[in-house]
Formats: sequence, C-alpha cells, structure tokens
Amino acid sequence: MTIDLPVIWAVVIAFGVFLYVTLDGFDLGIGLVFPLFNGPGDREVMLNTVAPVWDGNETWMVLGGACLYAAFPIAYSVLLPATYLPIIAMLCGLIFRGVAFEIRAKARRTQHLWDLAFVLGSGVAAFAQGVVLGTLLDGIPITRTGQYAGGPFDWFSPFKLFTGLGLMVTYATLGCGWLMIKTDGDLHRRMRRLMGPLALLLGLTVAIVSLWTVLGQPAVAARWFNASNLLYFLPVPVLVFACLLGIFVTLRRGSHHLPFLLTLAILFLGYTGFIISIFPNIVPPSLDIWAASSPHSSQLFTLVGALIIIPIILTYSSVAYWVFRGKVKAGDEGYH
Amino acid sequence: MVSPEALLLARWQFAFTVSFHIVFPAISIGLASFLAVLEGLWLKTANRVYKDLFLFWSKIFAVGFGMGVVSGVVLSYEFGTNWSGFSAMAGAITGPLLAFEVMTAFFLEAGFLGIMLFGWNKVGPRAHFFATCMVATGTLISTFWILSSNSWMQTPQGYAIVDGRIVPVDWLRVIFNPSFPYRLVHMTLAAFVVAAMIVSACGAWHLLHGRRDDAVRKTFSMALWMMAAIVPLQLLAGDAHGLNTREHQPAKIAAIEGLWDTEHGGTSLNLVGWPDMKQETTHFAVKVPHLGSLLLTHTWDGEIQGLKSFPAEDRPNSTIVFWSFRIMVGMGLLMLLLAFLGVLLRRGKRLYEARWFQWFALLMGPSGLVALLAGWVTTEAGRQPWVVYGVLRTQDAASPVTVDQVGTSLMIFILVYTVVFGTGIYYMLKLMAKGPDLHEQAEIETGDTGPGRGRFDHRPLSRPTDAIDE
Repeated sequence: MTIDLPVIWAVVIAFGVFLYVTLDGFDLGIGLVFPLFNGPGDREVMLNTVAPVWDGNETWMVLGGACLYAAFPIAYSVLLPATYLPIIAMLCGLIFRGVAFEIRAKARRTQHLWDLAFVLGSGVAAFAQGVVLGTLLDGIPITRTGQYAGGPFDWFSPFKLFTGLGLMVTYATLGCGWLMIKTDGDLHRRMRRLMGPLALLLGLTVAIVSLWTVLGQPAVAARWFNASNLLYFLPVPVLVFACLLGIFVTLRRGSHHLPFLLTLAILFLGYTGFIISIFPNIVPPSLDIWAASSPHSSQLFTLVGALIIIPIILTYSSVAYWVFRGKVKAGDEGYH
Repeated sequence: MVSPEALLLARWQFAFTVSFHIVFPAISIGLASFLAVLEGLWLKTANRVYKDLFLFWSKIFAVGFGMGVVSGVVLSYEFGTNWSGFSAMAGAITGPLLAFEVMTAFFLEAGFLGIMLFGWNKVGPRAHFFATCMVATGTLISTFWILSSNSWMQTPQGYAIVDGRIVPVDWLRVIFNPSFPYRLVHMTLAAFVVAAMIVSACGAWHLLHGRRDDAVRKTFSMALWMMAAIVPLQLLAGDAHGLNTREHQPAKIAAIEGLWDTEHGGTSLNLVGWPDMKQETTHFAVKVPHLGSLLLTHTWDGEIQGLKSFPAEDRPNSTIVFWSFRIMVGMGLLMLLLAFLGVLLRRGKRLYEARWFQWFALLMGPSGLVALLAGWVTTEAGRQPWVVYGVLRTQDAASPVTVDQVGTSLMIFILVYTVVFGTGIYYMLKLMAKGPDLHEQAEIETGDTGPGRGRFDHRPLSRPTDAIDE
C-alpha cells in the first residue's frame, strides 16, 4: 500500500485553514462589531480579549500559505495571481489592524483614527478573504502549462463580492459570540442582543451562497444532487438549520458559551460543504491535488516536520489560551 | 511572459517591501535576546533595575515585532502574486523551508509573546522567563530557516531538475549549502549589532539630557560591552563570508570590487571609484596594489576574476554593489572605532562623562540598520541576473501580471507602509526618548504607595504619560 501524500497534505492544509478561519475569524469579527460599542472602557475590553493571542491566531494563515506553497506550489502560483488585488487589499487590511492593536492604546488625540484603522483593516481583510473563497468556488481558468489564464479583475463579479460580504457576516457572528464568552455585565448583555440578528443574517447568507453556487455551477449541482450522494450530504444543510435554531434557544436560556460554539459548528459545516463542492480539485475546475503537488521528496520532508511539530504548536497554543482564560474586565492589568 | 516594465516594477516592489521588512526582524532578533538576558539578570540578582529595563525594552520590542509580522506576511504572499515563476520552479525547495520556519519559529514567537507581554500576573516568574526565552529562541530559529533558504538561492545544491522544475534530492545538502554557515553567522551578528547600536544610542540620548540613573547607565554600558564583543567577530565573519563568495559567486566579487580585467600576479583594490557598466571600466579609481589579493585571497598575489570574463548578460550591476558594499564596510569600521573608544573610556572611568563620545554613540544609532540594508543590497543585487544562482533568471521568475497591477500594488504599498510603519517607527522613537520608568519614581508619580494601588501596581506599562501624540 502506498501512502497518498497529496491527500494527507490536503487534509493538513484544510485543517490549518479551518483553524485560521476560526481563530482569526473572531479576531477580525471584533473589528467588525467594533463600531457598535463605544461606551467607557468597552473597546479596551474588546481588544484585551484577544490582545495576547491574536498574533498566534494570525500565524495559522501564514502556515496555511506556507504549506500550500510547500506542498502544492502550482496551486499557489495560480491562486495568487488570480486574486492579486484582493490579496494585496487583505495584506494592507491586516497591516492596519495589526499595528492598530499596538498603537491604539497609546494614542489619545488620534485614538479615533486608530479605531477606524482597526475597523476598516478588519473589514477589508475579511471581505477580501471572502472574495478569494468565492473565486475558488467559482473556478479559476488555467493554461495547459499550469499558469493563471484569466484577467486581473476576474474576481470582480456579483457572486464573489457576495461571498466577501458573507464572510464578513460569518466573522462578525463569531466575534460577537467570542465576546459573549469573554465579557460580563452590561457589555455582555449588549453582545447578547446583537447575537440574534447576526445569527439570522448568517443563516440567510449560508442559504444564499449555497443556492447561488448550485444554480450557477452545474458541476457542483451534479455532485450534490446525485442520487447516491444526496443521502450522505443531506445532513449538512439540516445540521446548519439545527445549529441556527440552537443559537436562538441557547441565547434565550442565557448560555455564555454555546452560541459561539454553535456558530463554530455552522462554520465547520459550511466549510465541509465547500470542500465537498470542490474536492479533489485544489483550484477548480481543472487542477486537482495530484497535479498541483510538489515533488514527493518535498511533501515527505515537510510532512514529517508537520506531524511532529503541529501537535506541539497546538499544545502550547492551548496553554496560552488557558493562561488568559476567564472574563476580561475594564481596568484589568494589560500590557499597554 | 512578463513585460520588462512589469518585471522592473515587481523588482522595485520586492526591494521596497523586503527592505522595510528586514529592519523589524533585525531589531526583534537582537532585542529578544537582550530581553532574555535582562530578565535572567533580574531573576538572578533581584536588582529591580533589570526588570525596569525589561519592561521598557519589551514595549519597543512589541511594536517592532508587530510590524515585522505584518510586513513579513506581505513577503510570503508576494512569492505567489509577483513571482509565481519562482514559486512554480523553486517552490519545492523554498516552500518546505518556509513552512519549517512558520512551524518551528513563528508559532513559538507568537505563542509565547502573549505570555511575555501580558502574562506578568498570570504565570510565575520562572514560567515568564521561559516564555521570554522561547520568544528569543523563536527569532533565532527563524533566522536559521530564512538564511538557509536565501543561501540556497545563492549557492544551490542538493537538487535535480525534472521537467523544468527543481526537485530536492538531498535535504541536508539543501539546508547546509556552501554559503549558509557564513551568511547565518553574519546575519545573526548583524541583528545583534543593529539592536546594540539602537540601545546604546538610546542610553547616550538620556545621558546627554542629564539623566544619570542606574537604568540609563546600565543601558549604555551593556550595549557597549556587546559592541566590543561582537563587532570584531562580525568583521572576521564578514571576511570569511567574502572568501566564500569569491569561491562560489566570483562575478559578485568582481562587481563589488569594480574589477573589470583579471590582474595577474596580484590584484589591486579600488578604494573608491565609479564602475560604469556600459564602458566596462571604473572611473576615478583610487587603487592600492595587492590589497585586493590580500583581502580576498589572504595571499600577496592571489588572482581575482574580472567582470569581463563573464558574459555581459550574466554580470551584476557593479555600480550599485560597489557602493553598497563600501557603505557597509565603512559603517563596520566606524562601529569598531566606537566599541574601541568605549573600552578605552571605561578604563579611564569616563564612559558616562565624555559628551563627545555620547554624541558619537547617538549619531551611530542607525548605523547598524544602514550597514544591514547596504549588506543586503550587496548580496541580493550581486546575485543578479539570477534569482536562483546559475539556475533561474529573475526575468523567468516573475508572474504573468500586468504593469497596472504591479504598479498599483506598489503605490498602495508605498502609501500604506509610509503611513503605518512611519507611525510605528515614530512611536518607537518616542518611547525611547521617554526612557525607562524607574520603579521607585513610578510609585511617587502615580501615588501607588497609598490606597488604590491595585489600579496601577499591576500596570507598570500603562501610564498616562505613555501617549504618543501628546
């Protein structure tokens, strides 16, 4: 039996990207709900809930990028030119957000400008990531030699702009859920009030993106509605609906943790749906994981490292979260 | 195929973003180790001044680190956006090295940074010291992988070319390629030099402004001890690196020296001059006979290949690297002078009194960065026209992107970098100008000795005076 390295790598990268979307998702989501909260100390608390961990969260994106580059360089060299401007926009957004984290706390007169940098940076980064996701879902034309064959503005289409908005909604919901866990008192109550409408919007977004994909792409539709597949895949939409209901029930019962975890479950299901739609392509419609692979020696070398090191990373990252567990209050000791 | 204009803009974009980026990691690498030493000394001696200094420099470190992270993310994506030819052809080697850097270094730094900065009251002193050491180790591991990757591009080995793509054959040979040890040592020392020059300049500034307390003197003194220890080492490392480059990249050495014809029986050295790529000569050259042989071969009559012995299309731009190299060496010699004078003044116990020397140290503050950037220009421009030396030309490495795309993104980057990193650098300077808070002094300032001390005692870094715009 031979081990199919590209499949293992696809799983590792899918895992890394999911962790990124989860962890930096709620970081970015904080930036998206930021404008709604401006009571005394509100914004300090919101930032302090992630200040010690956002760096680590963002590193998962670098890992996803680096592993994609290491294991599937052809996919990397197609995907990035195809989404050139959104990627540049995302990077600039992340620059503004990252530096705002450091500088906001120190600014007095210009604090509102750094707040704006934080909000816009998070918004642009989230939107651009959504556009990249939509571009992948929609398919990217390539030449026979494996180069990007489209134009510089192929990413500019109603569907991809909508997935951009969709990811913003997803992140905002995650951010709100996270803040429900990490805050208490009045701020917590206001987060709870916001969570309902956001969850509703999220459900709507998931439904629209799913329908739009299926209607717009016969290949994806064929995969989902094939008689033998439908039975296996049907639980995905059903479970999304159940999680959505769950969010409203747990909100009413006053749970602090469950709305976030259920949002996470919806994210996971949506992500699963995305993978079902494109696998085994890594850049649909024509580049699969085997064709995009780097040489066996590269994949093996990196995989040995990844399988040893990633569990260690997960361990100490969890320790960091454990150290900073619990509610954050205004006036808590911080570093800023 | 990419147009020449797009290629040029892509090269400018890379040069701009990488030059901005390298400043921050260099500061972080040096400062992280400095912080580990400070905290170690504090744990060992229980002298409060070390903790004050730790808290002070960790603020500056945090800003530099944050900017290093975000500017570095840009670079890793640029390989895909602007240099997809490079990613496709050489990704099988540089990709895994980058992935190992992320896995072994980035996560270590980012994971423990939170505890180092925010964890003083969440974990015990030993655990905190451990976190600081992990951050410092992370920066050094990061240097290891990046320099391995860069060195492989300069002196590639351990690979085969299959169907037009590079395939790794022997990873040990890839990682430990011929120029790697020299580059790693040279770069790591450079990062320590960068940080030491900044720290000593900060100390000098406060001495010149009349602050004479223990924290300021320690800052100044520690940085100068560091310089005295590493600048001579750095010159030795640079010399060894030069010998190695002559062996593996003779065209680069010829371009650095502005040497056009191979001189038999001993090569002279152009101290200054203006290499002219078109006329194939070095104007206004001031030559010292045999010095080239002495420096580059360590013999009286060693021979160095002239640029004319390489085809015109394989020659790096001598005008650029000739001068960038001389700037680097010039800075190095000035630093050596600074370190030497520091030791002399110390023997006369005049280190904290000699104002002219403090001015010298202050003005030399950016010299580490200047030397570092000049060094990078030398090594990177000296590799042209190759991205992977002798294997992949720069023009074949570019993405099929349009002039408009590269031009637009270049303008965006220049704008964003100027605004964001400009503010960040201004902020770092402002913090340094403010100087370390002393524990005793801080207690008086904030009234921490009486009731209500809980509010400030745990927040030594968060004082109203920390604002950057007041």
